[in-house]
Amino acid sequence: MKCTVCRGPAVIDLRRHNANFCPEHFLRFCRDQVVRAIDDHGMMAPGQRVLVAVSGGKDSLALWDLLVELGYDAEGMVIGLGIGDYSDASTAAAVAFAEQRGLRLHRIDLRGEYGYDIPTASAVTRRVPCSSCGMSKRHLIDKAALDGGYDVVATGHNLDDEAAVLLGNVLHWQTEYLGRQEPVLAERPGFPRKVKPLVRLAERETAAYCVLRGIDYMVEECPMAAGNRHLRYKAALDEIEAASPGTKHAFYFEFLARAADRFRPEAAAAQEGLTPCTSCGAPTTGEVCAFCRLVERVGGREPVPVELVRPGRRRGKARKAGAAT
Amino acid sequence: MHVVLRNPRRELDLAGPMSVAKLLGRLELNRESVLVIRGDTLVPGDAVLADEDEVEIRPVISGGLA
Repeated sequence: MKCTVCRGPAVIDLRRHNANFCPEHFLRFCRDQVVRAIDDHGMMAPGQRVLVAVSGGKDSLALWDLLVELGYDAEGMVIGLGIGDYSDASTAAAVAFAEQRGLRLHRIDLRGEYGYDIPTASAVTRRVPCSSCGMSKRHLIDKAALDGGYDVVATGHNLDDEAAVLLGNVLHWQTEYLGRQEPVLAERPGFPRKVKPLVRLAERETAAYCVLRGIDYMVEECPMAAGNRHLRYKAALDEIEAASPGTKHAFYFEFLARAADRFRPEAAAAQEGLTPCTSCGAPTTGEVCAFCRLVERVGGREPVPVELVRPGRRRGKARKAGAAT
Repeated sequence: MHVVLRNPRRELDLAGPMSVAKLLGRLELNRESVLVIRGDTLVPGDAVLADEDEVEIRPVISGGLA
């Protein structure tokens, strides 16, 4: 198999682009896709301060590497989630990445600073772990960006993430979430600007980028996420993609081009009436925001071992499906 | 060839030569969901794996929602 660009030996074939690439031209392809995403959606401008939400996984480390390569002033932030060895290894990967490149990485530890961890939060609230995990991460990255005066938060959501969330939102007709499933979430009072520069790259591509760049990312999957609905949607989309390359891209980008604006009024309406949390000041629909309620409920509890929390299973009261990210 | 699979980790030995595409088919793995790494280098679907190769099949799907 030869590189589509230079005819040298290819190391990866991308059927959705009907192309094969050698290492040099694959890395260039990835950079081009990120530049195009940033430009097409007006994500950010050179000179702006960027806070990258870093997990230690392939997407966030690839994103940080790409943004630095492209000349952005990008710092990272990693949150210690307390998910046993998985969290320790993930944070270690992020720290090593930053140290090797001389980049600034901000660290927050849920247990150390807020008195809880994700397994304990899941056990106490009897909710799926991804619920308290996602909410905690969103709250803390928003707070860090606003407190630190960053212009924009960049997250590592890739094409597979967005297509899977879109599938979930369509299957359950979560019209409010459909209205804000955009590559850019504009800055609003209490919320920083958020962008997803990897939306044009599939996760097979971000993983390959890391391998070719020598980025030592956390390969193991989160033990709390095993079997969750998001993974099932991804597996279903991969089946379709294998038979019909390019389907995921068309599904997501045609949604943006032809349908997303139809749902924006619902998303906008849901944002009305937000008031500052009486505890922390973050925007909320009630008196106290979900994060502060969680801290109040689970902070200081004895840690629940990861092994005692069943991953990916809904427990207790049902919640809305397929929250947009 | 010696094949290492991840998440969960498994190891198996298979006779070569065999193409990457055939290996994935034999293991019933979707090529959209994995990378195949020989030594420390990525290999495409038509690469032929030899009897003595060390091969990692690395899943690329991650399931957390930020």
